[in-house]
Amino acid sequence: MDGKNSMNDQDVKLLERSFKRYYLSHLTEIPVPTDIAKREFGYKKFTGGMIRHMNVQDEKAMRLLLVENSPADVYCSNSYYLFPNMDMKKKDWQGADLIFDIDAKDLHLDCRYSHTCRVCGECKNVYKESSKCPQCNSIKHISSSWPCKNCINAAKKQVVKLVDILENDLGICADLIEIYFSGNEGFHVHVGKTEYNMLEPRARVALGDYIRFYNVMPETYGVRRSKIDRKKFPTEDDPGWHGRVAKKFFGKNAPRSTSNTEYVKIAEKLKNAQYTMGACIDMQVTGDIHRIFRMPGSLNSKSGLAKILCTDLAKFDPYQDACFIDCDLVKISAQCPIRFSLGGRTYGPYIKETKVEVERFAAVYMMCKGTAHAISS
Amino acid sequence: MLKLGPVEIAKYPFVEDASSYIRDIGITLEKLGTDPDLQIFIDMAMKRIRTAADGGVYESLPDMLDKRRMMFETLSFLVAVILLKLCGMQTLIRRFALAEARRAEKNLGVDLRIHPADKFELAKRLIGDLFSVNIEYINGDLSVPVQDYLTRAINFHEREWNLVNRRVSKGRVYLTRHETVRLLRTEISSYIQAKIRSAKMPTMQSGFEKPVTELIDLAKRFASETVIVSGEHPPCIKHAIEILERGENLPHSGRFMLATFLLNRGQSVEQIAPLFKNAPDYNERTTMYQLRNLSGESGGGTKYTCPSCEKIKSNDMCFANEKCDGIFTPLHFGRKK
Ligand code: SF4
Ligand SMILES: [Zn+2]
Ligand SMILES: [Zn+2]
Repeated sequence: MDGKNSMNDQDVKLLERSFKRYYLSHLTEIPVPTDIAKREFGYKKFTGGMIRHMNVQDEKAMRLLLVENSPADVYCSNSYYLFPNMDMKKKDWQGADLIFDIDAKDLHLDCRYSHTCRVCGECKNVYKESSKCPQCNSIKHISSSWPCKNCINAAKKQVVKLVDILENDLGICADLIEIYFSGNEGFHVHVGKTEYNMLEPRARVALGDYIRFYNVMPETYGVRRSKIDRKKFPTEDDPGWHGRVAKKFFGKNAPRSTSNTEYVKIAEKLKNAQYTMGACIDMQVTGDIHRIFRMPGSLNSKSGLAKILCTDLAKFDPYQDACFIDCDLVKISAQCPIRFSLGGRTYGPYIKETKVEVERFAAVYMMCKGTAHAISS
Repeated sequence: MLKLGPVEIAKYPFVEDASSYIRDIGITLEKLGTDPDLQIFIDMAMKRIRTAADGGVYESLPDMLDKRRMMFETLSFLVAVILLKLCGMQTLIRRFALAEARRAEKNLGVDLRIHPADKFELAKRLIGDLFSVNIEYINGDLSVPVQDYLTRAINFHEREWNLVNRRVSKGRVYLTRHETVRLLRTEISSYIQAKIRSAKMPTMQSGFEKPVTELIDLAKRFASETVIVSGEHPPCIKHAIEILERGENLPHSGRFMLATFLLNRGQSVEQIAPLFKNAPDYNERTTMYQLRNLSGESGGGTKYTCPSCEKIKSNDMCFANEKCDGIFTPLHFGRKK
């Protein structure tokens, strides 16, 4: 969510100070991107505005960027350039790491509705279960989602599928695959330098389609409109999609003969399998080689949580493990219809506007989502 | 560079340097152009070019183990290159390169069998050296690295070439021999074209004059076949036509744009079809079928319209110039505002 326009000067001050305190106390723990001098950097401020096409020479310059500019978000390219600070045409592209974005919001989960609220674009009122603002009738709003455990677990499942395909199908060594919590609703999977680095966008899209199991045709598995070709049937020992398809659709249920209707049925099954078997990755991200991504170790201004490496995905709990903002108490005025857990505590709901004193990380979380404001103490 | 034996040179003569090969077997260009005993090579070369011009593939002479025959094979190719250089007609060179690429494809298809191992090794090295693709047999199946597959297969628009419809394991894509060479088709013909283009210009010999004039006449026959495109076209369309004229591969989106544009400008399917003749994967039946579909003559009867500039831009096919200002479809190019 872009909470900036619902923010006042005091909010900005509180958020900037909280973020800066994080960067100062964790400065040496923030990993330095490999080949840092060849990457394009950028950042956003809480007051709005995006700065791009920067180069950052080394670790020192990176730290300076984090503490001097009070950034709300910090970004870094997956591409390598000879001249990262020039405009796109003159940068001289030298390759790009593969990067995949998995986001709970793309998974169309049933729980989503229960933890989404709206912040009125006119009067900043926060409401749920209404198509327009009950206070001023405006329909202008910003949606604000509070991903739950279910969301995170569903996203994790996608990550597991993705990593399986990267390792076993695409032959990428496990050491080169890094899984990051995105800082909000999902995960970023980074793949270090591989033979895939020089692929152009169209080839990346084709790779993404493979990962999503998108655009599959029954003929690949020996099923044609007019006949079946048993020799082409996949077996469970086959690697890649052939083996996965064999386990799911062949075996006892293998088609014995085909007619056009049978063919259509199988085509339909394979098409639907993209949602159950394919890994749900954001294709916009996969194909784009001129994008900048949230930098590992930086904070996400949609939540105040950090984008951090998940070494043990199964155990990873973002509301514990990615929450690094200080826990001193701050006074805020909250109107937050959603109950949430963070840093081992539970907060809300605050249906009516309520003055409360909460831990700084919780205050920041609510403010980032547009449902709280700072009060001068 | 790869060292080939005489049999391989006969199969893949384009790997050789024409002038040094001829020198090595003790023939000079002058002799070739004047000695009536060597006239046979010129005749064979002419036959080879004519076959290519007509869209055919030159068939190897039978009994390829005979040393003399192999030299004939190689020489007829190299002399053809000399004659083509002298006549300088690009249409002929392109057609010749394409036909020779098909021939090389056939031979590679055979040589890529797992047995005998030496033939496979040679084909593998040839492909590795010329196109930097590392082919392997793994558990009895032919495979190429995924990234090498992708960079080429994205130019094919049949769904079966989508990576998702392939067998993939541990970073490699499994292909049949036929599919492997198909993957390399464009590169083989561009390699041959480049080789001819960069070959040294031979000096004209009296015996070459007649065949060269004949070739120029032959080329003219094709020139009259090319589509006359009237009116100034927008840059995106011009660019697409240029790609086809060079005999290179125009992606599906580009073909769609070009065909719908010309159809909307009132050209007929018959007028447009020859444009696609030079495409590396040209097939008359499918081209006509697709064009009829786009024009609404067959299929659902709907005439497709030309994609918008925005769509064309997103396909990387837009080369806007100042005359494109303010338009949103190529069809509006050149209209008075
Ligand atoms: S602006 Fe439109 S007409 Fe001009 S080159 Fe681009 S796509 Fe073609
Ligand atoms: Zn309102
Ligand atoms: Zn949820």
